Amino acid sequence: MSDRPRVALFVTCLVDLFRPSVGWAAVELLEAAGCRVEVPEPQVCCGQPAFNSGDRRTTEDLARQTIPTLEPFDYVVAPSGSCAGMLRKHFPELFDEDPAWKRRAEAVAAKSFELVSFLVEVRGMRKPPGRLCVRATYHDSCSGLRELGVKEQPRALLRAIPGLELVEMEAAEVCCGFGGTFCVKYPEISTKMVEDKTRRAEATGAELLLAGDLGCLLNMAGRLARRGSALRVRHVAEVLAGRLDAAPIGYGKEG
Amino acid sequence: MEPQSLAFRTRARRAIADPVIATAMQRLETGWQLGRARAAAALPEFDALRDAAVAIKNHALSHLDLYLEAFERRFAERGGVIHWARDAAEARAIALSICREAGAKTVTKSKSMVAEEIGLNPFLEASGLQVVETDLGEYVIQLAGEVPSHLVGPAVHMTRERIAELFAKAHGGPPKQESAALVAEARQVLRRRYLEADVGITGANFLIAETGSIVTVTNEGNAELTQGLPRIHLAITGIEKVVPTVEDAFTLLRLLARSATGQEFAGYTTFLTGPKRPEERDGPQAMHLILLDNGRSSMLGGAMREMLRCIRCGACMNHCPVYLATGGHAYGWVYVGPMGSVLTPQFVGIDKAWTLPNASTFCGRCEEVCPVRIPLPKLMRHWREEAHRRGLAPPTARAGLGLWGFLARRPRLYRLATRAAAALLGALGRRRGRFGRLPLAAGWTGSRDFPAPEGQTFAAQWRARRGGRP
Repeated sequence: MSDRPRVALFVTCLVDLFRPSVGWAAVELLEAAGCRVEVPEPQVCCGQPAFNSGDRRTTEDLARQTIPTLEPFDYVVAPSGSCAGMLRKHFPELFDEDPAWKRRAEAVAAKSFELVSFLVEVRGMRKPPGRLCVRATYHDSCSGLRELGVKEQPRALLRAIPGLELVEMEAAEVCCGFGGTFCVKYPEISTKMVEDKTRRAEATGAELLLAGDLGCLLNMAGRLARRGSALRVRHVAEVLAGRLDAAPIGYGKEG
Repeated sequence: MEPQSLAFRTRARRAIADPVIATAMQRLETGWQLGRARAAAALPEFDALRDAAVAIKNHALSHLDLYLEAFERRFAERGGVIHWARDAAEARAIALSICREAGAKTVTKSKSMVAEEIGLNPFLEASGLQVVETDLGEYVIQLAGEVPSHLVGPAVHMTRERIAELFAKAHGGPPKQESAALVAEARQVLRRRYLEADVGITGANFLIAETGSIVTVTNEGNAELTQGLPRIHLAITGIEKVVPTVEDAFTLLRLLARSATGQEFAGYTTFLTGPKRPEERDGPQAMHLILLDNGRSSMLGGAMREMLRCIRCGACMNHCPVYLATGGHAYGWVYVGPMGSVLTPQFVGIDKAWTLPNASTFCGRCEEVCPVRIPLPKLMRHWREEAHRRGLAPPTARAGLGLWGFLARRPRLYRLATRAAAALLGALGRRRGRFGRLPLAAGWTGSRDFPAPEGQTFAAQWRARRGGRP
């Protein structure tokens, strides 16, 4: 492997559809970390919605579609702990009865990473390119935290941004209530969870709420906007890259 | 108990609106959840203990037949009588016949989830016996005609005021204000019951194969009085509770209270080895043990095997954001929280409980705190697969997933569709950046705005800007 590894950016379906800015922030961060970034096709979705809905056949079909796309690269990086967790932890589980595919899934799993932990742990990034004077708080998204151990890496990089003050919210590790289709299957419970989460985030006095997963971010931003809160929401990659040209999540030209 | 789990969403909605439940759940968070964190942090070998516990349970389950037979031999040598029950009905019938043979009128009972699982109380009561719960929480919910809402604290959902009302109604006199006075009142009433009882029924936290002992764990000492004062002691538990040695039981005991309530050890831990011997002054004349299968042996060979490691500490529910939002009664059957979402489909059938394993964000906190490292999300996902195979989810959800799966398998079509969706929603939401309402998205927009896409997909932008060159 050269010291400029070839990295496949696994964009994730939510970033692709909702917030391409996060994809570009990821590209810039990876390039700043000395990677050659490509976006191989076809990329659709890691299959997690099917996996968590109990639809194993669709999940396996999508894994078989995704794995060959990612095989030629040194690394696969996703701006999401949830999707990276799917690639890294769950793809190999799908093929217990298919040794050939299991080997391929394991090989892809071994080189798949969540963006921020990849930057810190694999590429040794200490100082991100972003510059921003703001008081920010960080929510630990569940899959990144518990499946991949993403906890200190984003905090370390955020603290290295001059002018950025990082304040911890109470119960930062508690789920925001998104949970993929959970948020629409059980809206009352999901609402209670996102309400508790966003109240705790607001209680820090932060102006900006950050996280590493767009699902959680859409959920928290949607709740905060509904309440008319002053707290704004962005993906952590946007701040680390200093790419703030897009309005905060849930806001447009006119706010 | 007839399972009400299919109504989970309705029951959850009601529970979330109930301030009494919200207060009770806050108590759990600041009490037992924090307690566990402190207890785990204070014990450097806590995680090593968990690994040891997993190994003990896995070993015992791999040789379950062997250890059960060894236990039975020792138990019988000490004068105990074992009854094997294949299912709930058999277990109930055995329990009743033991009570009948003893000519029992009054039965005291210390907390047993297996007794709840088989619906023992209503059955014995319908057969003319008076059953008195002696665990304070169980006693309270018995007076209220309710079922437990938590594995360890069956009455966590109750306020002191409500308990005072129940006591005043049952015992007479004005309602007491102080917790201490309520406890004293219950103690006074229950002491009399212990002495009147003909049979005392307990559960068992562990069975020890090398000695034939039953281990009970309580914080009130009620299991000791329940098993020691009446003539007959009847214990009832599941076959998965057997461990090889006393030392194994201690390893698990060191985890149990820490995981449950944050205590280093529960108030009372008792090893019962046979009925009263001739030279002894105290103890029951006879000791019976009902060992219940009720599907457990079939779990051994299947996807639910790891669930048999469960030591019923309740840590999974104390840390579950869904349980902490709804409380236990929303789950609609005996076992609640994450462990209940795995066990209920096992015991009542997935068709009557598919809602429970679906009611999780898979946040993974339950697995993170489980002392015996049960992969609860994975087991819930297994039930979702079973529910999917049987087509139990509502047709709209199935259709939505089907359409998405159709598109996702066709990347070109998917790209066209997402481009169009991003463009349409992006244009409509361009100014405000979000929607207050969207067709087909009421579940989301009922309480949240829906953030608008930026307008172009990343794939389209990448092609336009970097297409063709690496």
